[in-house]
Amino acid sequence: MAAARKQNSYRIAVASGKGGTGKTTVALNLAAMFGEPVQLADCDVEEPNDNLFLRCEQLTPHEVTMLVPEVDPQRCNGCGACGELCQFRGIVSLGSRALVFPELCHGCGGCALVCPTGALTEHPHRIGTISVGQSGTIRLIEGRLEVGVSLVPPVIRAVRDQLLDDVPAILDAPPGTSCPVVATLRESDYLVLVTDPTPFGLHDLKLAVALAKELGLPCGVVVNRAGEDLVGLHSYCQAENLPILLSLPDDRQIAEVTSRGDLVALALPEYGLMFSELATKLKHELAKTGGTP
Amino acid sequence: MNKIAFTTAGQELSAALDPRFGRAARFLIYDLQQKSIQVIENQQGRNAAQGAGIQAAETVVKAGIDTLVTGHCGPKAFKVLAAAGVQVFNCNAATVDEALHELLAGRLTAAENFDVEGHW
Amino acid sequence: MSKEHIRELVVLSGKGGTGKTSVTASFALLANKAVLADCDVDAADLHLLLTPIVEQRHAFMSGHEAVIRQQDCSGCGICMDSCRFDAIRREGAVCRIDPVACEGCSVCYRLCPDKAIDFPERVCGEWMVSGTRCGPMVHAQLGVAAENSGKLVTTVREQAWAVAVDKRIPLIISDGPPGIGCPVIASLSGVSLALVVTEPTVSGLHDLQRVLALARHFSVPTAVCVNKWDINPQQTEKIEAAARSAGAAVTGRIRYDRSVTQAQLQQKAVVELDAGAGDDIRVIWKQVTELL
Repeated sequence: MAAARKQNSYRIAVASGKGGTGKTTVALNLAAMFGEPVQLADCDVEEPNDNLFLRCEQLTPHEVTMLVPEVDPQRCNGCGACGELCQFRGIVSLGSRALVFPELCHGCGGCALVCPTGALTEHPHRIGTISVGQSGTIRLIEGRLEVGVSLVPPVIRAVRDQLLDDVPAILDAPPGTSCPVVATLRESDYLVLVTDPTPFGLHDLKLAVALAKELGLPCGVVVNRAGEDLVGLHSYCQAENLPILLSLPDDRQIAEVTSRGDLVALALPEYGLMFSELATKLKHELAKTGGTP
Repeated sequence: MNKIAFTTAGQELSAALDPRFGRAARFLIYDLQQKSIQVIENQQGRNAAQGAGIQAAETVVKAGIDTLVTGHCGPKAFKVLAAAGVQVFNCNAATVDEALHELLAGRLTAAENFDVEGHW
Repeated sequence: MSKEHIRELVVLSGKGGTGKTSVTASFALLANKAVLADCDVDAADLHLLLTPIVEQRHAFMSGHEAVIRQQDCSGCGICMDSCRFDAIRREGAVCRIDPVACEGCSVCYRLCPDKAIDFPERVCGEWMVSGTRCGPMVHAQLGVAAENSGKLVTTVREQAWAVAVDKRIPLIISDGPPGIGCPVIASLSGVSLALVVTEPTVSGLHDLQRVLALARHFSVPTAVCVNKWDINPQQTEKIEAAARSAGAAVTGRIRYDRSVTQAQLQQKAVVELDAGAGDDIRVIWKQVTELL
């Protein structure tokens, strides 16, 4: 749990209800201007984009596997206990030898536990890859789901398992508020919610705030493409006691730099300053909410 | 061949044959000996998040069939049916009745494998 | 009307925020008769532009969850040791299951020596059938922190089909989810055409390729259009070339236009305003109808 980690190992997650608000842009630029060595976990395993910008040199992929049962035909007596327990149709037995469907298995181990003849053994089954690399002061951990695999959370959990316990971490979350995001946010200390001042942005921000409350996570807001607040974003944040940690202007230059795969904080000095300030503010917020530093 | 299942959205022999198996509305089971009809719902298959074909296969196997006639059958469903000794026939007849006639006249060939990808 | 006569278009993006929903809403306005399906059940936004009037609401049940009856729990911890999802912790003398982490696998329920665990069905959200100015709409909202297996997406699609058959409407237009996981698979399988809306960025290209690979995996015909193309014309051309090599039809380009936000603020689709982006969408719609 969070308490067991060392003093300097706080985890900041960057998420948003809506896709495309700039989560990855914020996570990357924050990491670049963090002012000390930091880890960046790319938890958007369906579409991991962080390395497109960091272009780490050594990024060797390791397999992420999940334990999936295998049937020993000599021992299986077709009793059906495994199929009866399985909630996901990962294993089926209709009076005949049990059949396994690895793509539906959730890796719970239940079937092997109830098998009366010991006919089921569990074996690692590939669901994605994890790659670790270094780019300057940023240690990148990228999770990548295998195309066609539908179960996402186990790959995200594998990314989190690679986090070192004594270096601060920024977690780039997938969009939305459902199971992949929850898997990312578990054991985080602070949540940065990125939004834009549009009706879609505000609507989805509210969903994300509801999730943060459900998980008991303190959070703050970054407004991207900020301009005239025509949707009441500021009054909403005030009412919910959400600090607005940074407002990035609706500057076409940011879009252009990012579209090329570059970091605005490094390309344009005024933004470098803004992200440095964001880092400082976040460390301050963490001290307030009782997380480190 | 004793008990034959047909995929359908209807309730009798004149009903349309459903081209899908996993997500079919229901199964019409024809008993060759008794010349009787039984209709069973495919609730499990329709409601399944994934593995609809497996659920449907479980439903029909539990009903004691030895033959299935449908439009298309996916890989998971086929695996379960084959293991349970059920012969699968792909048929593009418009109604259950027509499909039954095709089958009994020997104009259909037993499938060796699934004929569409899953989630079709 | 029989099912064979109904065409289904799903609008996807791979990467989030490329403009899927804005494009879908415009298509809804341009189509003569269509049933709308909002399959982006995690962050559903289509209703903000189409202002549906809800006619039916249904609870959405999916899977199960394990719940400990603490008064019957002896605190032995067997459940904790057997849970692969780290969902069970000690709470004083008894154990407690975190509903958000619970996978619904039933292992603890089976193993509990005190039979102190219940395994009820889970309410994960709700789905609605509504009326809009463009036709009937089926949409949903997944509960906060709920599992997104794609089952709710499947439910929305099935209901949209039922409405299409019932009201004799030959076209279903679906606003799809981002990514390539179960919800996208559920929105994609068996559709007539998947249109991917992407943006001219490195992320846009990368994510486009993954979602096109997914569509190929399910043998679904694909088409692509680039939104905000003038942010990076070079990247736009790269994307269109990549789309063609992947066998996808290139249907057009939409310019960067602030009217898109204006439309959102007015709760309208872009084509309902006098906007350049709207004209670009009209051209794309024409191409899409020819492909369908």
